[in-house]
Amino acid sequence: MAADTELTPTSYINHHLTHLTAHVSGDGGFWTLHVDTFVTSLILGVLGIGFLWLVVRKATAGVPSKRQAFVELTVEFIDSQVKNTFHGDRHTFVAPLALTVFVWVLMMNAMDILPIDILAWIYEHLFGLHNWRTVPTTDVNTTFALALSVWLLMLFFNLKVKGVAGWAYELFCTPFGKNPLMWPLNLLFNFIEYVSKPLSHSLRLFGNIYAGEIIFLLIGMWAATGVTGTIFGTLLGAGWAIFHILIVTLQAFIFMMLTVVYISMAHESH
Amino acid sequence: MNINFTLVSQALAFSIFIWFTIKYVWPPLMQAIEERQKVIADGLAAGERGKQDLELASQRSTEVLKEARQRAAEIVTLAEKRASEIIEEAKLIAKEEGSRILIGAKAEIEHEVFSAKEVLRQQVAEIAIAGAARILRREVDAGAHADLLVSIEEEIK
Repeated sequence: MAADTELTPTSYINHHLTHLTAHVSGDGGFWTLHVDTFVTSLILGVLGIGFLWLVVRKATAGVPSKRQAFVELTVEFIDSQVKNTFHGDRHTFVAPLALTVFVWVLMMNAMDILPIDILAWIYEHLFGLHNWRTVPTTDVNTTFALALSVWLLMLFFNLKVKGVAGWAYELFCTPFGKNPLMWPLNLLFNFIEYVSKPLSHSLRLFGNIYAGEIIFLLIGMWAATGVTGTIFGTLLGAGWAIFHILIVTLQAFIFMMLTVVYISMAHESH
Repeated sequence: MNINFTLVSQALAFSIFIWFTIKYVWPPLMQAIEERQKVIADGLAAGERGKQDLELASQRSTEVLKEARQRAAEIVTLAEKRASEIIEEAKLIAKEEGSRILIGAKAEIEHEVFSAKEVLRQQVAEIAIAGAARILRREVDAGAHADLLVSIEEEIK
């Protein structure tokens, strides 16, 4: 916690919700980088994917080690989900994509469960970092980056699988039919769909994790009000953290499933 | 909540992670899993085959056993038949032998009887001659009536 400012609820929350920023070029605006988001997500990604890689590198077809069995369980779970949704060669792209999304988002979401104030103390006193937000998915930039990447992949596969003509036909002639009178309506409808997909995709994840973070902050604030507050704060914090295990996993799973669904929709013509 | 360059950096990191997963994480694990699936499938198939073989073998053994039992029964029947045949044959042979012995005995007896009769006849002839000679001693000349005596003797024989 900031030692030089007076501790008020506003300053407490502000402190926890301020990014460590760096200017990539010029004096800010778009060219600002949230160093905490970027570095944390990178570390988590390397840890998560790296763990998979380390295990998979030594994977045997014989009796698997417990670690390999765990990885296989995860991978086969995701693979079966993808298989149910995506009909085609899923091994070249879609299933590994789903695995990446699930593992990375799960790792980033899981940071939410770590106790914020202890982490803030560690950042402040061990690394000399005053502002450092631990959960990358409470940063819209992360969720939008993921959702927009998926969106671009969606556009790419639309063009690749259906071709320009096929995609244009789909944009103009579905879902209300190919009557020329319906073309504007179809286009409008598809346009809204294409805009809403990345928005809902990213904001669902962001909203859930951000709200969870805020509730942790509120519970933390209550804990600072006295003995009663501390006791209830502890109980509620523990309860919310346990409930958050579900939310963290569920949101990662939903994000992955939506990714798979969007990509498979791009593969299937109506 | 402001959109900035972080988005681009995250997207780049994301694409690198995707690439890495596609290239280095997914294929080896899938390969291992598929290989294991194949091994398991082979094992199951081998087990199935073994079970089938066992079934066939047990079927075959029952057949062989049945055949052997049948054959044994046949052999026993045949042996019994042969035994009774042998007994019959033996009986027949014994009967023949018996009758042959009987015939031989009879012939011997007859022969004995015959030779006894012969001796008896001789003695009777001698006695008769002796008697006749005693009666006829004076009148009969042995020299003159030799032919008569011989004819009598021959007649008695």
